[in-house]
Amino acid sequence: MKPEIDRDRSRREILQAAAALAGGGALLSVRPAAATPEMMKDAVRAVIGEAPVKKGKVKLDLPPLVENGNSVPCTVSVESPMTAADYVKAIHIFNEKNPQPNVISVRLNPRAGRASFSTRIRLADSQTVTAIAELSDGSFWSDDIDVIVTLAACIEEPKP
Amino acid sequence: MARALIHVPATAKKGDVIEIKTLISHVMETGYRIGVTGQPIPRDIIDDFVCTYNGEEVFHAKLYPAIAANPFITFFTVATESGTLAFSWTDQHGATQVQTAAITVE
Repeated sequence: MKPEIDRDRSRREILQAAAALAGGGALLSVRPAAATPEMMKDAVRAVIGEAPVKKGKVKLDLPPLVENGNSVPCTVSVESPMTAADYVKAIHIFNEKNPQPNVISVRLNPRAGRASFSTRIRLADSQTVTAIAELSDGSFWSDDIDVIVTLAACIEEPKP
Repeated sequence: MARALIHVPATAKKGDVIEIKTLISHVMETGYRIGVTGQPIPRDIIDDFVCTYNGEEVFHAKLYPAIAANPFITFFTVATESGTLAFSWTDQHGATQVQTAAITVE
């Protein structure tokens, strides 16, 4: 009996592996219309390198429920004295599910006085938005926020 | 290139942190939309914004298609001396629009 069970299992495993391969191949051949959390991680690594990112210091302000994803008010502020010895060098915003993970990258210096800015962004879907700040001492801090989008950007037809 | 609106306080005390608001009219076409003919609409975005205070850079932003149409950006700077704030927007084709605002620091 025992050898037979083993043979069954191995056959099942082979079938599962084959299915996984076929599925993986199909996924690879079609580029996803939206970015994935992995693409966001890659984009973050491309900008900040391999440095560790800690939670805190950064405050990302977005409405938790967005009616219109075409224009979402967004504010980032970072706790920092903004002196020549201790200031925020850069602030980046990333998203998970837009076609492209980058949103904006801002460079600051002590002349800014306050490490904060606001803008309006597009969101293609309900997703997590992340802000990462780079401080003058080389440390990275982040904040993320989950937003629900009822009308997505990028899908509406332009006026004829 | 386009119409731009800037709000900078006309006067400020030395050392004050002032808020600056900027808005420029631009479609910020993402390149991901399909037009009425079924062809993708080509990307057309402003990808660079810089603010200088008497020639010294105080704020620099790199914009991506996820910035909404008519980019609106507000930020802060320290009022150090009387002079000019220059704002420049550059689109992906390299065309730049510059607008200036004067500030008096007491």
